[in-house]
Amino acid sequence: MRLKLVPDSTSIDFFSRSKLWLGISAVLIVVALASFFLQGLNYGIDFRGGTTIRTESAEPVNVGEYRGALQDLGLGDIVISEVFDPSFGPDQNVAMVRIAPQDEAEAVTQETITAVEAALQEVAPDIQFTSVSSVGPKVSGELIQTAMIAVLLAIGAVLVYIWLRFEWQFAVGAVVALVHDVALTIGIFSELQIRFDLAIIAALLTIVGYSLNDTVVVFDRVRENLIKYKNRDLKQVLNQSINETLSRTLVTSLTTLIALIALLVLGGDVIRGFVFAMTWGVIIGTYSSIFVASIVLYRLGVKRDWSKPDTPSGNQFANVDA
Amino acid sequence: MLQIDLWKRILIWAVVAAGLIFAAPNIFYDRVEGHNDAVTAIEREGSTDELEAQAAQWPGFLPSGLVNLGLDLRGGAHLLAEVQVEDVYASRIEAMWPQIRDALRPLRDQIGTFRLQESAPGELTIQISNEAGQAAALQAIRDLAQPVSSTAALAQGGANDIEVDAANGVITVTLSEAERAATDERTLRQALEIIRRRIDEVGTREPTIQRQGPDRILIQVPGIGSAQELKDIIGTTAQLTFQPVVSRASGPDAEPGVGEEILPSLDEEGLYYTLDRTPVVTGEQLVDAQPSFDQNGQPAVNFRFNSQGARAFGDYTAANIGSPFAIVLDDEVISAPVIQSHIPGGSGIITGNFTIEESTDLAVLLRAGALPAGLTFLEERTIGPELGADSIAAGQIATAVAFAAVLIFMVVSYGLFGIFANIALILNIALLFGLLSLIGATLTLPGIAGIVLTVGMAVDANVLVFERIREELKTARGPARAIELGYEKALSAIVDANITTIITAIILFAMGSGPVRGFAITLGFGIVTSVFTAVFVTRLLIVTWFERRRPKTITV
Repeated sequence: MRLKLVPDSTSIDFFSRSKLWLGISAVLIVVALASFFLQGLNYGIDFRGGTTIRTESAEPVNVGEYRGALQDLGLGDIVISEVFDPSFGPDQNVAMVRIAPQDEAEAVTQETITAVEAALQEVAPDIQFTSVSSVGPKVSGELIQTAMIAVLLAIGAVLVYIWLRFEWQFAVGAVVALVHDVALTIGIFSELQIRFDLAIIAALLTIVGYSLNDTVVVFDRVRENLIKYKNRDLKQVLNQSINETLSRTLVTSLTTLIALIALLVLGGDVIRGFVFAMTWGVIIGTYSSIFVASIVLYRLGVKRDWSKPDTPSGNQFANVDA
Repeated sequence: MLQIDLWKRILIWAVVAAGLIFAAPNIFYDRVEGHNDAVTAIEREGSTDELEAQAAQWPGFLPSGLVNLGLDLRGGAHLLAEVQVEDVYASRIEAMWPQIRDALRPLRDQIGTFRLQESAPGELTIQISNEAGQAAALQAIRDLAQPVSSTAALAQGGANDIEVDAANGVITVTLSEAERAATDERTLRQALEIIRRRIDEVGTREPTIQRQGPDRILIQVPGIGSAQELKDIIGTTAQLTFQPVVSRASGPDAEPGVGEEILPSLDEEGLYYTLDRTPVVTGEQLVDAQPSFDQNGQPAVNFRFNSQGARAFGDYTAANIGSPFAIVLDDEVISAPVIQSHIPGGSGIITGNFTIEESTDLAVLLRAGALPAGLTFLEERTIGPELGADSIAAGQIATAVAFAAVLIFMVVSYGLFGIFANIALILNIALLFGLLSLIGATLTLPGIAGIVLTVGMAVDANVLVFERIREELKTARGPARAIELGYEKALSAIVDANITTIITAIILFAMGSGPVRGFAITLGFGIVTSVFTAVFVTRLLIVTWFERRRPKTITV
C-alpha cells in the first residue's frame, strides 16, 4: 500500500487545451500588472525609508488610542496595525507602527523615536518595543536598485546556463515561465497589499530557482526523449516527457509545500510574508513548468538533429551524465 | 554491477561522521557557548577556577564551532554609517598653511606681501601683492607637494598630493584627485579602526564591523540594548596624548610622584612607564599621521600637528633632546621614543623597531585618536532579545513539524526506499549544520526558512532517482540494473536542477545583505549537502541493503 499521487503510467494530453492555459496565464499576468500599476506595492521601509516600531504589551492593542497619542507629534503619515499570530501567548498583543521618512534626516532621529515611544507609553504603560528599524531614503533607494538588479541578474544567468546545457528554445521557455512566476508573485503582493520588503526579493529569487528546478527536470527528460524517439512528433515527445516526470514533479512540490505550510502556520509573523511568497511561488512554479514552459517550447519548435556531432550550441557542456 | 569501491564507502561515511561531529556542538548550544566564552576569557585575563569549570563543560578535543545566531534571532543593534569623508579635506588643506607661509616668507622681495583669503572649504587661496612674483610663489608651493603614498596613486604614475594654480596674483591650493582618494581610504580605515576599538572595549560577543562600499561602515552588535546605545559607544573619542616620560616604572603598583602617573605599555606585557601627567600635546592637535621610512630605510611613522600643537611640540623637543617621551592612547603607552633633535614645524617622525605593518598600524592608531570625520547613520535597527527568542522558538517548532511531515510522507510514498531517503535527509540537516558551524556562518530567521525549504527540496534528488528506478523496473532488467540505471539517468536532471538553484543562491549572497545573506547561505549549502546525501549516502545505503538481502524483486 503505497501512496501514489500519480498512477504508474499516465498519458494526459497537456497540449489539447494549450490555448486555454496560455490564455489563463495571460489574463492572470494582465491582472497582476494592472494591480501593480494601479494600486502599487505596499513597500516596507526597506524600500521607501522611514521607521517601524514593533510594540508588545499585555493589554489589548487599541489602534485608535495609539493613533491619538501619536497625532500631536506631527510626524506625517503614521500607519498602525495590529499583528496576530497563532504563536502569540494570551497576553502578547503586538502592533506595528510605521512612520514615514522625515524630511531632512537620513535615518529617523533618536529624538523622534524617543518621542513616539514616550507617547505610546502614556496610553499603554506596560508597552515594550521589541524591535525598532529605521532606514534612510538614500539606502532605501539603493536597496530597490540592488533588488531589481539581483532579480534580472538571476534570470539572465539562468537563461545563459540553460542555453549552454540545452538549446536556446529551452532557455526561452524556461525564462518565460520564470517571468510568469515572478510577475504573478508581485501581482498577488500588490493585490493583497502584503508588505513588500527586502526578504520578499529573496523569496522571488528562490521562486526563480525553484521554478527552474522543475522546468529543468522536465526539459532534461524532453532532451532524452528527443534523442530516443527521433521520429516522433514534438508534441508527442513533450507530452510523454511531462507524463513521465509528472509523479516526481508533484511529489517534490508536495514535500516542499508541506514544509513551507508548516513554516507559514507556525513560523511566526516576522517571516510570514516571506514564506507566503515562497509557498505561492512553488504552486505557480509547478503549474508554469508543466504548462507555460513546455507550451512555449512547443511553439518555438526544437531542432531535432541531436545526433550530429557538430551541434552548435554547447553540447560539450551537456554530457555531465555520460 | 551495483558496486561501490571500499575507499568510496569509507570516504562517504567519513564525511558523514565529520559532519555529525561538527554539528554536535549546536545540540548543546548553551554549554558550548559557555565553554567558548570561558576559553576566550582565560586567554585574555588569565584563568580562574570559575572560568576553568565553565570551560570544562565541553571537552576541549571536540570541535566547538557554533552556528552564530544573527541579530534577528539573538537581539541587538545594527547600524549602517556613512563616513563624511569631505570633512577631512578641509582640515588637511588648512594644516598646510604654516608650511606654505614658511616657504613664501623668504620670497617676500619677489612676491611682496601675501595673505590667506577667505575660501571655500578644502581650498586655500593666497593673495600676493606683486603679481610678477607669481611664478616664483607657485614654484615654491609646488615644491612642498609630496607624492601620494597609496598603491592606487602609484599605479597612476606617482601623483602629488596638492594641486596649485594661480591667476592674477591669487594662488589656489587644493588636494589632488589622487590625494583625495588616498585620504578617503585612510579616513575609512581610521574610522573602522576606532569603531572597532570602541566596541571591543565594551567587550560584547562577536560584533560585526565591516566596510561596505567606498564610504560606509556596517556595525552589528548582538546583545546590545538599542541602536542609540551603540551610537553612544562609537561616539566617544579616544584620548591621545604625548607625555614626558619620567622613568620606567617597576610595576603597576609603583608609587608615582606628585603630578605623575603609571601606565602600561600597549605591546610589551609587564612594561610600565612613569609619566608626567600633563601632556605636551594632545590628539586634538594632531592633523595627520602616515606610515613612511626613516633615513635608513626603516619603517617609521610621520606625523603632523596643527600650528598650536606644532609650537608646543617644537618648544618641548628643543628643551628635551635625548630624553624619551610617550605616545599614550587611552591610558596605554603606544611607544616611548627618544627625542633625537629639535622638531620644529610641527611634523616629526617616530622611529622604532617597526615592521612595515606595524608602522601602518601605528599610523592608523595615531590618527585613530578621534573619529576622523562625522558619521551619518543611514540605517538603524534594534531587535529585542525577546523577539529573537520568540522567532527561534517559532522556527524550531516549524522546522520540527515540517521535518516530521516530510519524513512520514516519504515513507508512505516510497516504503523502504523512503526510509533510506529519510536517513539521508536527517544526515543532510546534520551535515548542513556541521558545515555552517565549520565556517562560522550566521543563522538568521530567513536562514531558518532556508533550512525548512531545504528539508522540502532535499528529497527532490531522491525522488528523481526513485521515480527513475520505478520506470526502469518496468523494463524488467532485474532490480540491480534498475537501481544502477536509475541513478545513472537521474544524474543529469539532478545536476541541472541544482546548479540553477545554486546560481540564484550565489546571486542572493552577492547582492543581499544581513538576513537575506543568511538565507542564501543556508539555501546554497543546503543544496550541496542534499545532493551529496542523495547521490552518495542513499545510494550507499541502498547498495549495502541490496548486497545483504539480494532481493529478487524490489518495490520502490
